[in-house]
Amino acid sequence: MKTTGRVNGIISNIVIVKTDGAVGQNEICYVYTGDTKMMAEVIKVIGENAYVQVFDSTRGLKIGDKVEFEGHMLEATLAPGLLSRNYDGLQNDLEKMDGLFIARGSITDPLDFNKEWDFTPLAKAGDKVSAASWLGEVKEQWVMHKIMVPFVMTDNYVVKSVAKAGKYKVTDTIAVITDGEGKDHDITMVQKWPVKQAIRCYTEKPRPARVLETGVRPIDTFNPMAEGGTGFIPGPFGAGKTVLQHAISKQAEADVIIIVACGERANEVVEIFKEFPELIDPRTGHKLMERTIIICNTSNMPVAAREASVYTGMTIGEYYRSMGLKVLVMADSTSRWAQALREMSNRLEELPGQDAFPMDLSAIISNFYARAGLVKLYNGESGSVTFLGTVSPAGGNLKEPVTESTKKAARCFYALSQGRADSKRYPAIDPLESYSKYLEYPEIREYLDEHVEKNWVDLVLQGKTIVQRGKEANDQINILGDDGVPVEYHERFWKSELLDFVILQQDAFDEIDANCPMERQKMMYKRVLEICNMDFGFADFEECSQFFKGLINLFRQMNYTVYQSEEFENYRKQIDEYVSEKLK
Amino acid sequence: MTTRAFQKIYTKIDNITKATVTLRAQGVGNDELATVGGKLAQVVKIMGENVTLQVFAGTEGIATDSEVIFHGEPPKLRVSDNLAGRFFNAYGEPLEGGEMIEGEAREIGGPTVNPFRRLQPSELIATGIAGIDLNNTIVTGQKIPFFADPDQPYNAVMANVALRAKADKIILGGMGLTNDDFLYFKSVFENAGALDRIVSFVNTTENPPVERLLVPDMALTAAEYFAVDKGEKVLVLLTDMTLYADALAIVSNRMDQIPSKDSMPGSLYSDLAKIYEKAVQLPNGGSITIIAVTTLSGGDITHAIPDNTGYITEGQLFLRNDSDTGKVIVDPFRSLSRLKQLVIGKKTREDHPQVMNACVRLYADAANAKTKLENGFDLSDYDERCLKFAHDYSEKLLAINVNIGITEMLDTAWTLFGKYFSKEEVAIKAELIKKYWKAA
Repeated sequence: MKTTGRVNGIISNIVIVKTDGAVGQNEICYVYTGDTKMMAEVIKVIGENAYVQVFDSTRGLKIGDKVEFEGHMLEATLAPGLLSRNYDGLQNDLEKMDGLFIARGSITDPLDFNKEWDFTPLAKAGDKVSAASWLGEVKEQWVMHKIMVPFVMTDNYVVKSVAKAGKYKVTDTIAVITDGEGKDHDITMVQKWPVKQAIRCYTEKPRPARVLETGVRPIDTFNPMAEGGTGFIPGPFGAGKTVLQHAISKQAEADVIIIVACGERANEVVEIFKEFPELIDPRTGHKLMERTIIICNTSNMPVAAREASVYTGMTIGEYYRSMGLKVLVMADSTSRWAQALREMSNRLEELPGQDAFPMDLSAIISNFYARAGLVKLYNGESGSVTFLGTVSPAGGNLKEPVTESTKKAARCFYALSQGRADSKRYPAIDPLESYSKYLEYPEIREYLDEHVEKNWVDLVLQGKTIVQRGKEANDQINILGDDGVPVEYHERFWKSELLDFVILQQDAFDEIDANCPMERQKMMYKRVLEICNMDFGFADFEECSQFFKGLINLFRQMNYTVYQSEEFENYRKQIDEYVSEKLK
Repeated sequence: MTTRAFQKIYTKIDNITKATVTLRAQGVGNDELATVGGKLAQVVKIMGENVTLQVFAGTEGIATDSEVIFHGEPPKLRVSDNLAGRFFNAYGEPLEGGEMIEGEAREIGGPTVNPFRRLQPSELIATGIAGIDLNNTIVTGQKIPFFADPDQPYNAVMANVALRAKADKIILGGMGLTNDDFLYFKSVFENAGALDRIVSFVNTTENPPVERLLVPDMALTAAEYFAVDKGEKVLVLLTDMTLYADALAIVSNRMDQIPSKDSMPGSLYSDLAKIYEKAVQLPNGGSITIIAVTTLSGGDITHAIPDNTGYITEGQLFLRNDSDTGKVIVDPFRSLSRLKQLVIGKKTREDHPQVMNACVRLYADAANAKTKLENGFDLSDYDERCLKFAHDYSEKLLAINVNIGITEMLDTAWTLFGKYFSKEEVAIKAELIKKYWKAA
């Protein structure tokens, strides 16, 4: 018997329900108003009153209206057919909704239950299995989608039978497994998992040891992202957060990309809807959309569902990770999620923390970031979820609670600076403020030694020093005037400008420059460093600036040409000549 | 507001605050309207039998035995083609007396357009102002505010933009407009003979501030009628959104909510987004474009209202007084239209993006030259030419009183390039220089 209840209080989208039985924290319930059925989640229980947040507008709801409790938490439906879909925060398929407007209580299936999949068994009768063991696989787009023992089945089982290779619907039984007490369980391709809990079906979570290439120079070269790592991008409005995130989602070397548009502009999501089905992934030759899932809860969609959207995205990410895949989850923006938490906390009349955010904001954020990671699966394979969030700090001030809490949780910090954005130095990632903790990991050092070049990290640190010294020199020049400082100061400044213009800046709208593979990054970066280590002995500051302006122009033209093409080599030669001319 | 005869009348109010009343009542729906002592009110909280109502006009004069009548429905607007040419108050009642509009009553503040059904905005709105059309092109379905100090002529600029834009309907949502400004809008629209395509919902400074909260939803419900039902291009003007946010703060304060940054309610972002996100390009060809005004205090854009707005809207426009020419210009540095990339060089002439960038770059060089001059350094010949260019650029293009087509703007820019600079200094792609360069 389901617990039911009656509405006993309404404050905006928080509804107080008088219940007739047991209710659980975070349990899902449906609130009925007229013919409409709205989903809600229990967020607090006091005596027989359950406080539920409704994922919809509570307009017209009355005292005494009926509520039905479902006995489970908010769940994601996990099965083949998730890729290339567009969901709202509660995993309703937006494409399947009728009409121009999202009507209240719109609930659509997250899957196509009629589609047949080509199933190949991986397990056989007699195999010992447990949660997340692979029983078989189907080909979803170009990903081998593993059919697993559902994560909620915590016992040890023996496979009794597995279906033969052939075509099956997701709801068909593809295996029967027997538990310790001899009871048989039918397994289908569909399973459900409560989104707010991490999926922990793996043996260990080692430290990230590989770099996730993004094709974005200031990230890959200067502050690399690790596969299974975490990072965040804070920046004031107009600093280019979204452009950077789109670039990463297009180029990152991942098998599955999950984009959570959380409380952001609808027109930006429309851009993804429109562009991704057209764009081709250069590594695989497939359409980008085929490896992408979009969870979209724009700023005008119900606030409570906004909170759920990041969890839904992460859960789907963890599901694909359990198949041994590389998953990249991106959320734009986690500040909107934190604001949703604040609105809820406010309506519950909880005592507020800083800036009226809930006291446990920091804990919630770090718990969430901790769900990312590289994992060793039971069968020895490994999979990863890399998480990258954006933060929209109020007033561009990085000393606000969301940025500070995230800074504690995430390992990479890509600070977008207003100053760089104003002077059109894109991507506006501040080279001195930003960091990647992964550069300090011995595992990552080893990886870079092997895959890029011996002692690569030392070279990176050299570059950072050049930028730092250039900035200091520039400060002096600004104070004392062009003539007031030795010409070496100008040289130092211009060397940092060279590095800035050639490596740190990148044209996201140029077909070639937008995506720079590591090999090319290495070549360009080393050439720039070589030049930075040269001693030119300029006569005066004008000669110095003239020389570097010319050099920067050549390098930039080179960035716009196809790697190792005739044009590219031509510029390389011109640069060599230009530099040796000066050294004479 | 009509009431039905069989409705129960309550005459015992328990609590009265400056903006709310609480009484015991049954069968009341959330968000429902009511009349309290003859004043319109809306249900904002229900706890068991206790119903709290927000009284739009304030609770002055309401007694514990005042009559409370529930209407059984949320705020609605009657929509039909007859809305055009009329002026309404925040409740959707005709201002000059006159007859109520006949038509379907629609709930205001309705549901969201499914993002999957939206189209990407792709049609530009020409305003004749180069600071907008050339540098920060606005597109149908976009939402963009003017960030302006209270002394700047934002309402005049907005009225101009509205009249020049080829919109099928213009909906004015006035919040806390001074009576003078309201009459200004009215006479400008009248003189332009455009009254038949204009619908106005106006709350002036003479009206209670909390009433303002209804204005954007009223305006946007009317806009949705024309855009969704009729497939028309609708331009919505909202002025001033800062006063709207202030009204939100008043209500949240009276309801004992904990304020967040700058005494604003914690839900400010969602509240503003609900309004601005109504801007949409529809598959039927109709569109809603929102141009709003957010007044700043002392140019501070880190205040919670402009800050949250900046994260929601697709860019912002700044007005500035140019001391060199004495004209009001649209600031080329701080203004930004995020959607311009969708049309410039595609719907406009091919040289548009490059010309736009070159102009702004040279204008920035002029600003540097000016700083040099102020600091007592000598100017180079290039600096001198930049300064002259900046003067002409400001006067012939940026000034808001200039009204020319985009192609003419581009030609004017080429003329200025040729007059003051060499081809190398302008640094535009060789093929475009070849095609458009105008020697002095």
